[in-house]
Amino acid sequence: MVSMDNNLNKNKENIIEIKNVSFRYSKDEKLALKDINLNIEKGEFVSILGHNGSGKSTLAKLINSILLPTEGEIFVKNMNTKDQEKLWEIRSTAGMVFQNPDNQLVGTVVEEDVAFGPENQGIESSMIRKIVDESLKTVDMFEFRKRPPHLLSGGQKQRIAIAGVLALNSECIILDEPTAMLDPSGRKEVMETIKKLNMNQKKTILLITHFMDEAVEADRVIVMDEGEVKLQGKPKEVFSNVDKIKKFGLDVPQVSELAQELIKSGFNISKDIIHVEELVNELCQ
Amino acid sequence: MSIKTVNLTFKYSEGTQFETKALDNINMEIKKGEFVGIIGHTGSGKSTLIQHFNGLIKPDEGDIIIEGKNLRDKSTKLKLIRQIVGLVFQYPEHQLFEETVYNDVAYGPINLELKEKEVEERVKYALELVGFDYKEVKDKSPFDLSGGQKRRVAIAGVLAMKPQYLILDEPTAGLDPAGRNEILSQIEKLHKKSKITVILVSHSMEDIARLVNHIYVLNKGKLYMEGTTKEIYSQSEELKKIGLGVPQIVDIMKELKKKGFEVNTDIFNIQDAKNEIIRVFGSNLNV
Repeated sequence: MVSMDNNLNKNKENIIEIKNVSFRYSKDEKLALKDINLNIEKGEFVSILGHNGSGKSTLAKLINSILLPTEGEIFVKNMNTKDQEKLWEIRSTAGMVFQNPDNQLVGTVVEEDVAFGPENQGIESSMIRKIVDESLKTVDMFEFRKRPPHLLSGGQKQRIAIAGVLALNSECIILDEPTAMLDPSGRKEVMETIKKLNMNQKKTILLITHFMDEAVEADRVIVMDEGEVKLQGKPKEVFSNVDKIKKFGLDVPQVSELAQELIKSGFNISKDIIHVEELVNELCQ
Repeated sequence: MSIKTVNLTFKYSEGTQFETKALDNINMEIKKGEFVGIIGHTGSGKSTLIQHFNGLIKPDEGDIIIEGKNLRDKSTKLKLIRQIVGLVFQYPEHQLFEETVYNDVAYGPINLELKEKEVEERVKYALELVGFDYKEVKDKSPFDLSGGQKRRVAIAGVLAMKPQYLILDEPTAGLDPAGRNEILSQIEKLHKKSKITVILVSHSMEDIARLVNHIYVLNKGKLYMEGTTKEIYSQSEELKKIGLGVPQIVDIMKELKKKGFEVNTDIFNIQDAKNEIIRVFGSNLNV
């Protein structure tokens, strides 16, 4: 069921190319990823869904060259992730944000934390000042620059982590369940930041999540199960497969499930409803 | 008998520039046998409140009374209170440390200096209560289990103390949908089977809607709303104002109502929503 159209489209530039990639953690373990072929276009917003152990995070770590493929190859902006000389360039091109906000902030003050990346790149200090301020403004955290991170909310901490990636001038941002530990308002803050980065700054976004209401915001949804890509396509296409998605241990948005139930009961409404307004409008017609 | 707070107030970092009233004049009473939810966004005071419930924090002002015993009284033994009120923290699986599931769950009862046989009975009781096959799981390493299973082992560790009240702080945080369902349905069964009072702390409205019959909403340290699940969800605008979502189903029903259809809006699961829509729109069915 893997669609190939995105490989056929030669006009667009791929920022990430995953070619026949398989991966196992150790020799006697089964494959965590099986023969994955996937391209991510520059500027695309892709979300990856899958239950725990489906291979999502492994894939993210491979792209970031934290792990290397057992078989196959991955290219980030044409750099092979196996090329150890390009390691830092790969990691700054595809920056990562992790699940637990408390595990990734190192500075004692917000702006120090954001400066950590560019400092390590050996950038001159007046330039670092500029980069840090810009990055913090982009995630709307500039006014908190003098705060110690432990006094921030979870959503604010994650935005600082995102600013840290922006300070590296990453073209692609990989977020591994960035909202899993946040409350609804924190989740909203982070999602709005992500959408803004994609829209205004044309950043490529790879969002790994369990939350369907976040996945529907993406241009493309990829569903993984047992180390394989099982479904992919526009959110509307993917979420109309209610039964299949449930089989993979995932939820669909409540509104999609309700729409499917109504169709089963004889209502004549679209199969691919993913937003509340769509269902309400169709019922009111 | 109950857990009761009277004008409970608590301040963090008192006397510094970061002083905040984490709890502000809270009055509530959770009666035995109830299944209640406490919701509020991060920083609303939920976790501070439940740490008062088993004496981990002492109130700055006001009182907290557990099963008729005021925690301020010198004669109240906190050790006893902590047996009455079991608290399962966020990410409790991080606290697993023993080599086998059995030893981990037995840790509490052993510290109570119970006889070996009683310890074993309690471990069996607790593991079965959270849905495990005792024989199958007891000798496993907790670290070989899935996220949802680990969390159930951690909950069993608290249940082995035979508490009368079980408080769960964000029991589904960080789990995938399958893990979430697993934990929630076990909690539901456990409440039915053991009649234990369950206090579920969460910011997931879907989780809360599914299980509890009474909700307390905290905002900025204050008790913002209190009522049955239906009463609370009918105030979706108020909830959104304080940073809480409502299940999508609630939104759908509200929107239909706004468009002038006579639908019930106190509905929050898919099956009820479907039936209600069929009731109201059924005549348009093109079957």
